[in-house]
Amino acid sequence: MIEWFLWLQLAVAVGAGAFCLMMGVLGRLPNDFTIGAALVVEVLLIAQLVVSIVAPAFGNVASGSTLEFYTYLVSAIVISPAAAFWSLIERNRWSTVILGVACLAVAVMLYRMNQIWVFQVA
Amino acid sequence: MVHEIPPRPLGVGRLLIVVYAILALAATGRSAFQIISRFDEAPLAYSLSALSAIVYILATVALIAPGRTWYRIAWITISFELLGVLVIGTISVTAPSLLGLSSIDPFGKQATVWSAYGLGYLLIPLVLPVLGMLWLYRRRSVAGSVATRSVA
Repeated sequence: MIEWFLWLQLAVAVGAGAFCLMMGVLGRLPNDFTIGAALVVEVLLIAQLVVSIVAPAFGNVASGSTLEFYTYLVSAIVISPAAAFWSLIERNRWSTVILGVACLAVAVMLYRMNQIWVFQVA
Repeated sequence: MVHEIPPRPLGVGRLLIVVYAILALAATGRSAFQIISRFDEAPLAYSLSALSAIVYILATVALIAPGRTWYRIAWITISFELLGVLVIGTISVTAPSLLGLSSIDPFGKQATVWSAYGLGYLLIPLVLPVLGMLWLYRRRSVAGSVATRSVA
């Protein structure tokens, strides 16, 4: 895991979450921008997965439990596509709110992942 | 087309389902990890963690699935959760050793979804069952009077 990359991801996830929540409250249906925001969060998560798999080979090892780290990462990877899928099936404002909630949930999980990798003592 | 049904509670209900699903995922992930990596440490607490995960999954399904039976299961599971978060939450704060826990830190390694009333999960486990019950109660009046509810 690369720490600055995770913080960037976290900022993007919080931003995307706030943006989708706002759009949902304004009554917008899921559109390219809100689904796109969730997609950006997802792409960054997959990039983080690749980084985390490769990093230990360069001496960047998790200080905490690797299993716990990946439990969070894999769960986070599942969440935003699920919300995006939902928003394609159900076209109403609440699906936009749901996209926002999903992005914020990912943000919380990223924060935990950072704690596990950087601070947690196994 | 039936227009008497307000779309709003149904929409909020969707949100409720999603938050339940995320919590189910969180509880499942955490309890699976705790049981795999250090079950011996606090078997009772981690078993409860797994039980809560199963109940959250069941509640999520019950909120989505139509029909009287699932409606009843939704009531049972959500009531169970409220009871769980209140009882286990209280024990985890006042007598953590009863659960085999050496720490009461809701963000710590031994935390479960119900520890300290779900503080580690932003108190969502405490608030969600109440919202769920309110929603179920409101949906009952709608479901009872209009049989064609699902025809949207």
